[in-house]
Amino acid sequence: MLIDWFTVVAQLLNFLILVWLLKRFLYQPVLDAIDAREQRIAKELAQADATRDAAQAEQTHFREQQAALEAQREALLATAAADADAEGQRLIEAARQRATELEAQQTQRLATQATALKQALAERTQREVFAVCRKALGDLADAGLESRMVATFVRRLQAARATDEAALLAGFKASTAPLVVRSAFALSDADRAAVQAALKDDLGIAQAPRFEIAPDRVAGIEIASAGQTLGWSIADYLDALQASVAELLAAPPAGESKPSIKLKVSTHAE
Amino acid sequence: MHLSPDDIILWQFGIFKINATIAFTWALMAVLTVGAWAITRRLSRALARSRWQNLLEIIVTGIEKQIADIGLVAPRNYVGFLGTLFLFVATASLFTIVPGYEPPTGSLSTTTALAMAVFVAVPMFGIAECGLREYLAAYLKPTVIMLPFNIISELSRTLALAARLFGNMMSGTMILAILLTITPFIFPIMLSALGLLTGMVQAYIFSVLAAVYIAAATRIRPPVRGGAAADTSSANTP
Repeated sequence: MLIDWFTVVAQLLNFLILVWLLKRFLYQPVLDAIDAREQRIAKELAQADATRDAAQAEQTHFREQQAALEAQREALLATAAADADAEGQRLIEAARQRATELEAQQTQRLATQATALKQALAERTQREVFAVCRKALGDLADAGLESRMVATFVRRLQAARATDEAALLAGFKASTAPLVVRSAFALSDADRAAVQAALKDDLGIAQAPRFEIAPDRVAGIEIASAGQTLGWSIADYLDALQASVAELLAAPPAGESKPSIKLKVSTHAE
Repeated sequence: MHLSPDDIILWQFGIFKINATIAFTWALMAVLTVGAWAITRRLSRALARSRWQNLLEIIVTGIEKQIADIGLVAPRNYVGFLGTLFLFVATASLFTIVPGYEPPTGSLSTTTALAMAVFVAVPMFGIAECGLREYLAAYLKPTVIMLPFNIISELSRTLALAARLFGNMMSGTMILAILLTITPFIFPIMLSALGLLTGMVQAYIFSVLAAVYIAAATRIRPPVRGGAAADTSSANTP
């Protein structure tokens, strides 16, 4: 018979024992290990989910914070721009005011400089004009002119008796100091005689004068005694004119004043 | 030539004896148990694990998945029984490549023992799942007339299980032995390879049929009563 019942029973027992053995050594440990691993993976996945949620929350918070910071930055920038504009306007205004002040100062300084320059130019012109006149008249003067001046001088002396210079002439007359007649050129004998005659006849001065040559007189003649002089010369004429022009330049133009030609009377130590 | 390894008696005392079937079964049990123990004694519960542990996990989870696919609700309750059925039959076939080895499943005694185990396990699982009354009532479904047919069905499918596995394994061994004597060496090698394939298929068929029977027995509850009857009738066909 193909079936051995002892073997059947034995194999049945063997199979049950094998079931127990494999449960004990194979299925249970392996399934436990798989369960533990699945739990671990599930736990790690849960942790990962929690971490991801936290990260997302953090990201949301960060984005909100970033947006707030951006808004704050925009506001600060706008404020700063407004402040900068205001400050710029203020600075521009201050610069404009300062420029106006500087311009006024500059204008005033330029006006002052122009006035000074004008003054210096006028003075220089005055000096140059009178120097040229003095030089030209000096170059033109000669003995002939001197004779004519002597004649003029004599005529003036005669006319002086009737003027306020009479006292001066009386002083000459009473003085005992030597009387000096100065001229730019040497006087001719006729001129000397005319002068002596005028002094003696018209003024009553008996003292004989001493004739001297004074080249700085340009052209002209003067008598001097005891520190007092009475004379007429082109130099005096030019000096009077120069003084008048200088006075005119110094003073505001209030009107014209003509230089007068007159006998110059001065008192100075000999 | 022995028709069954039962005929190879190694030791006998009265009715007690140790034949090749029992001896090779012990050897297989030792290989399976020691192999499982050697691998599972250092199991890793972390993500990194050894290749052998991977192999065992693939086998165990594969069995569990097959049971679940068949329709058993809690597959872990049946992994021990059905998994051992598959592993024992498959290992018994696999070791046919070892010279001098006689597969225990080539013995009708072994296949009868396995079929009887299934025959006992099916009502046990059914009663554990549905209760005794409901399980027994299933034999009266759809009518009382079907009671003898249901009982015959239980017996015949158990007999079919035993005969199918025995026939396939015994025939493979017999054909191999016959071909070794009359054909060149290449044919026995090819048939040996074919025998390996046949053995694996038989292991699969045996365990899947057992699973189907258990599934049919555990689905007797009212909501799935119609489906359970259909499963029972269809399970008789293989």
